[in-house]
Amino acid sequence: MAKRIEISGLNAYYGKTRAIEDISMTIEPRSVTAFIGPSGCGKSTLLRTLNRMHEVIPGARVEGKVMLDDLNLYGSDVDPVAVRRAVGMVFQRPNPFPTMSIFDNVAAGLKLNGVRGRNRLGEIVEKSLRGANLWNEVKDRLNRPGAGLSGGQQQRLCIARAIAVEPQVLLMDEPCSALDPISTLAVEDLIASLKDQYTIVIVTHNMQQAARVSDRTGFFNLAGQGQPGRLVEIDDTNKIFTNPGEKATEDYITGRFG
Amino acid sequence: MTSETLEQGATGSLGERGRRLSTGRLGDRLFGISARGSGILLLLIIAAIAVFLIAKAVPALKADKANFLTSQEWNPDAAQPRFGVLQLAWGTLLSSFMALILATPVAIGIALFIAYYSPRRLASGLGYVVDLLAAVPSVVYGLWGLQFFVPKMASVANFLHDHLGWIPLFGGDNVGGQSILTAAIVLAIMILPIISSISREVFLQVPRANIEAALALGATRWEVIRMAVLPFGRSGMVSAAMLGLGRALGETIAVAMVLSTAGGISLRILKPGGNTFAANIANTFGMAGNLGRGALIASGLVLFVITLLVNMLARAIVARRKEFV
Amino acid sequence: MSTLNQASLRGVSAGRKVKDRIVQVLVYVAFLLAVIPLLSVLWTVVSKGAKRFDPDFFTHSLNGIGANDAGGGAYHAIIGTVEQVALASVIAIPIGVLTAVYLVEYGRDSRLAKLVSFFVDVMTGLPSIVAGLFILAFWLLLLGFSYSGFAGAMALSILMMPTVVRAAEEMLKLVPNDLREASYALGVPRWRTICFVILPTAFTGIITGIMLAIARVMGETAPLLLTVFVTSAINNNPFQGPQMALPLFIFDQAQRPNDVAINRAWAAALTLIVIIMLLNLVARVIARLRKPVSR
Repeated sequence: MAKRIEISGLNAYYGKTRAIEDISMTIEPRSVTAFIGPSGCGKSTLLRTLNRMHEVIPGARVEGKVMLDDLNLYGSDVDPVAVRRAVGMVFQRPNPFPTMSIFDNVAAGLKLNGVRGRNRLGEIVEKSLRGANLWNEVKDRLNRPGAGLSGGQQQRLCIARAIAVEPQVLLMDEPCSALDPISTLAVEDLIASLKDQYTIVIVTHNMQQAARVSDRTGFFNLAGQGQPGRLVEIDDTNKIFTNPGEKATEDYITGRFG
Repeated sequence: MTSETLEQGATGSLGERGRRLSTGRLGDRLFGISARGSGILLLLIIAAIAVFLIAKAVPALKADKANFLTSQEWNPDAAQPRFGVLQLAWGTLLSSFMALILATPVAIGIALFIAYYSPRRLASGLGYVVDLLAAVPSVVYGLWGLQFFVPKMASVANFLHDHLGWIPLFGGDNVGGQSILTAAIVLAIMILPIISSISREVFLQVPRANIEAALALGATRWEVIRMAVLPFGRSGMVSAAMLGLGRALGETIAVAMVLSTAGGISLRILKPGGNTFAANIANTFGMAGNLGRGALIASGLVLFVITLLVNMLARAIVARRKEFV
Repeated sequence: MSTLNQASLRGVSAGRKVKDRIVQVLVYVAFLLAVIPLLSVLWTVVSKGAKRFDPDFFTHSLNGIGANDAGGGAYHAIIGTVEQVALASVIAIPIGVLTAVYLVEYGRDSRLAKLVSFFVDVMTGLPSIVAGLFILAFWLLLLGFSYSGFAGAMALSILMMPTVVRAAEEMLKLVPNDLREASYALGVPRWRTICFVILPTAFTGIITGIMLAIARVMGETAPLLLTVFVTSAINNNPFQGPQMALPLFIFDQAQRPNDVAINRAWAAALTLIVIIMLLNLVARVIARLRKPVSR
């Protein structure tokens, strides 16, 4: 069910300011693609255009094309709500619904899609929690509030919630930046185990993380102060970290700026 | 000698500084005392309100030949004074709860509209428009209600009576505009802004992250509100409604002007009649004798206690929510 | 579930869409429902109030105007309202601001502060007629004073106090702690810090709160009914004898069975609303002016 994403000529704006400029790239299915780059280079913005979350910010808009296999996400007859149902997202800070139990958190998306019945829901919830490597830790307290878990557990809960609806693509916006190293490791392991089934795109500030988890890496940079972010290059992660094609990439990954 | 002068000089300057410090301290003490005193004065005022109302109510209560809590009569200045608050309590609670039922859904709708549906640039302006409703004095609502709204409500009442008269609520012999329903609608208009502004504040506190979480799951706008906004704001909405109820219970002039008061307990909300604590005080105070005033004060005390309970419940809900989140 | 095609991107199920639409319509309707009475009230007040909104209305009292006579004005009521509200402010503002200072700067989490804070909430919910009853029981019946503007002012001040306390408290809490510490570190005594550093910083915010509190009590009728009484003559002395007030004037005139009186009531309502809206507007302008400074 994983799909290939093809981005072509994509520009994203906040009001009048252009945040990213003319991005074209292909994201391969059943692999992990990492976006790296200095702060403000538009990598999170690009990620949010892939499930049309960018436009929920007032004044924000997108030009260009994002194809999910042969489906255009920005087609004129496309409902962004349906796009988000097909493209799951995990955020920087774990954001389980504070008033819902662990079970209800995972089931939230399912219920929206009309899955009913405690048994049916229970099956998928268990499967998703297992998929998120969280089942063993929470199976005895599914009715407790999700906010009571540790940060790392909460983030895995959010991943379980995202994969419960079986999306085509999983987007992760710096999913480990609010977590301690042990939780980070657990989430990274999880990412590695999920890539057999999903197309995963991850934004990260942490270059080691990009090197550890991703198959391909895209490096983004600003053309200059106040300029929109651009894709400098995208290639196999190995190549980016050992023999990048561009000088700017090399400067960045060797820590000379950013 | 030299050491002595030195010491003297030293003590002198120390004394000087000590004095300056102590002026600071004196100022501090005076200021601290007056600040603290103001707080205590506030407590004393509240205590005095309770004490003096009770002191003036007791003689009237002693003279009451009827049961103050269960009697429906109100003849405190008769030779055999008989008065009770039952019908006042009934009218007050009926009109206030009807106002609450009418106002709460609308107020929450307004809050949702301003927080999530209106264009972002207009939001604060629209909030101000709703707040204007709160700025209109109650006597102006009374005037508007009496001169403009009551005649309109008379035809509404006739219509409801003709078509739905078989429902006891809308029954009765002669329906009219100066009814409990009219009073409740005017009250509902008056408590809209307080409920909606508190609800709006609660809605705006919903973490952006929760809203985005719902959006990212593919929720429609209503589903986002149902999943992330309403559960988060539930206790806030409840306490907002309670504060609105407290306001409605104590509202005087608008009800006194709109309602054509009459004795008795009735569920027929289209009939002129019914009475409330506050309206009764405003309407009969001018004619009341000594015992009559005592009786009115006693009824005011009951109103005070009821509103106090409602408000305290509302605050308790807010406080519990703060601990919870 | 895993089959995805362009059609399925076109939207969610019809049921969900319809529900979303229905709620949207309901929410818009709710807002309209609030705007309708507001516009209706404002429109009737302006259109009917304009009839008697003339110089005569603001320069004459009702003294000697017979029950069915036209003419006359609300001069005595305006004088009364101004004096009563001014007196109420003089009583309520110092107590309110000082109490807020106590709560924020001195009390913090002491038991007394918690008690005061609790009873400020109690006072906020006090029905205005009960405040009037209190002054009636205490000042008029117990101490034996007669009806006067001052008695009304005391009742109004009770209604003002909690609003002033809460507004001032909120503003004082916004004053950054660094400012306090910087001042203490310079050896400035606490009261001078409060008077010359903290209160001025919070000043515009407190003024806004006070103006809103004034606007609120200005329209209060019920407590005045029990304490000021009603008169048709000019009484410039708020400490002696019955006075009039604009809300009382409206209440009194509105219930008379003839059009000249009712027109006077509308004109008074227009006057009152204009004053209150102006107070609100100025308060908001001050609040807005302040914003860039605090940022």
